[in-house]
Amino acid sequence: MYVAVKGGERAIENAHAWLAEERRGDTAVAELGLAQIKEQLKLSVDRVMAEGSLYDPDLAALAIKQSRGDLIEAIFLIRAYRTTMPRFGSSKPVDTGAMACDRRISATFKDLPGGQVLGPTFDYTHRLLDFKLAADGEVPETAMRKADAGHVPHVTKFLNQEGLIEESPQDDTAPPDLTREPLEMPANRASRLQALARADEGFTLGLAYSTQRGYGRNHAFVGELRIGAVPVEMDIPELGFAVEIGEVTLTECETVNQFKGSKTEPPQFTRGYGLVFGQSERKAISMALVDRALRWKELGEDFENAPAQDAEFVLYHADNIQATGFLEHIKLPHYVDFQSELELVRKLRREAVSAQVQEAAE
Amino acid sequence: MTHDTEYNFAYLDEQTKRMIRRAILKGLAVPGYQVPFASREMPMPYGWGTGGVQVSAAVLMPQDTFKVIDQGADDTTNAVSIRSFFQRTAGVRTTTATSDASVIQTRHRIPEERLTEDQILVYQVPIPEPLRFLEPRESETRKMHSLEEYGLMHVKLYEDISRHGHIATSYAYPVKVEERYVMDPSPIPKFDNPKLGNMPAIQLFGAGREQRIYALPPYTSVISLDFEDHPFEASKADHPCGLCGAIDSYLDEVITDDQGGRLFVCSDTDYCENRRNAGHKGKDAA
Repeated sequence: MYVAVKGGERAIENAHAWLAEERRGDTAVAELGLAQIKEQLKLSVDRVMAEGSLYDPDLAALAIKQSRGDLIEAIFLIRAYRTTMPRFGSSKPVDTGAMACDRRISATFKDLPGGQVLGPTFDYTHRLLDFKLAADGEVPETAMRKADAGHVPHVTKFLNQEGLIEESPQDDTAPPDLTREPLEMPANRASRLQALARADEGFTLGLAYSTQRGYGRNHAFVGELRIGAVPVEMDIPELGFAVEIGEVTLTECETVNQFKGSKTEPPQFTRGYGLVFGQSERKAISMALVDRALRWKELGEDFENAPAQDAEFVLYHADNIQATGFLEHIKLPHYVDFQSELELVRKLRREAVSAQVQEAAE
Repeated sequence: MTHDTEYNFAYLDEQTKRMIRRAILKGLAVPGYQVPFASREMPMPYGWGTGGVQVSAAVLMPQDTFKVIDQGADDTTNAVSIRSFFQRTAGVRTTTATSDASVIQTRHRIPEERLTEDQILVYQVPIPEPLRFLEPRESETRKMHSLEEYGLMHVKLYEDISRHGHIATSYAYPVKVEERYVMDPSPIPKFDNPKLGNMPAIQLFGAGREQRIYALPPYTSVISLDFEDHPFEASKADHPCGLCGAIDSYLDEVITDDQGGRLFVCSDTDYCENRRNAGHKGKDAA
């Protein structure tokens, strides 16, 4: 006697309770506070804000705690929350020239106005496990200096004075909002940059790396990488002027790419651009390389069949929430489809076997 | 479960629902055409039915009665989860009885019972593009649809026949709608394909991740693609249901022991239950 499987509802409730218990872990260990995550796992918080497309370190910290440190799950929580928020309007474009830079480096000039500022970087640390941290995380005081006030000019501006680099294309049309309009092909650069800004860091890194290894090579130099806070201003219609409503920390990367010229463009340097919430250098540089690779058409370059040049391939597969959802959904029940495949395979096998038998008899 | 009033009725805000309803209306006006829509990020993952959930949210009214099935069953975990989502955010009445439901959201099946003009069937769709595995580029496939250029699909089906003697597609079997658009019916077994055509209920298809909605208005002509000498055949396991004895329903195969024991039971649990209540008995029923 067979009884059909029942009890999905109770199974789900129990699974959720177990998950909550696992998230908390051993209760003899102090619970993780949101402030600790926000302060001490800042780069995780930054990644969740960047790919979640929502600048809110407190919510990102909560999402990381709730997701047990699974950052894609945390990004998902932020995305789902973000869609429910009303839209008041859009800010004025942020001026990254007015950034209070914590870090600002150029790989193309030894020194330049505004100076090279290393800032809080892993770059020259020796990757040796610091066992002192396991016991005690106290740090000695850091040397201080007064911040330079004023505008820090962009490196590409210097090249532009000589006409050696393409003008960055000026476009004052309002950019589309990917979260409010479906992505359609061909996508303009504003849509592409928007998609890349929230794209999965690992995927973007892999694509960018592939261009360096020859799949759509475009010879990138980091013209400039800067990290710091910029004010966000918004026009308030009732007041008739813009008001500063807060500030966000951004990582901006401008690449300078070698370009020998094409049928339509003279030899000059070209640009790739990356802009990401928080301190996310790897992502910003990757984004700039992929942005540049995707610009082959407007620059009159050849399409080399490289993945990073292919806007449909890049944009339809870069979103980790879409990707992980579709990937993981194959663990949901598929027994109806599987049953129809079973019947088909059995039928094809029956016919193949009987054909063999007949052949042997002949 | 009590209705959670912190959310707008059926979770989505009214503007979003309006945007989705416009896409649905366009879909109904051009049967089988895939309408792009600005799919929202839902609080369940892509691949779990976010398209279907958004379509249901846009069509549900407070007086509706809602049924959710996954693989034909109301008690599969994801069906339970989606049903409780709308209980919580819309407070609508829910049911497992096909005939009592005004809106039915489904994954991978069409109920056995014939639906009526008062019902809406909402499908969850993973890949809305029937040409996707022949041509991966969206820009190309949209062109092919607009030019009604479906030769590639026929070549694929023909190659199946020359290689296997049959069309080797057993689910998500492509159909032609009103002699115009080739449409993916979602991954329903091809057994269900004949139910798509001439159906009195409205059929709506939602693909969240792929940002597409399409629709079949009532009594639409839907033909499964085939050839004159290889006509379409709706197939299922060649057994009666072990529990209710039905010979006309789609069956799931259940492994009962490690000696090769098999049991075939209706995948549509409501259909099976009704038959058993009416006194029908299969050979494996107690």
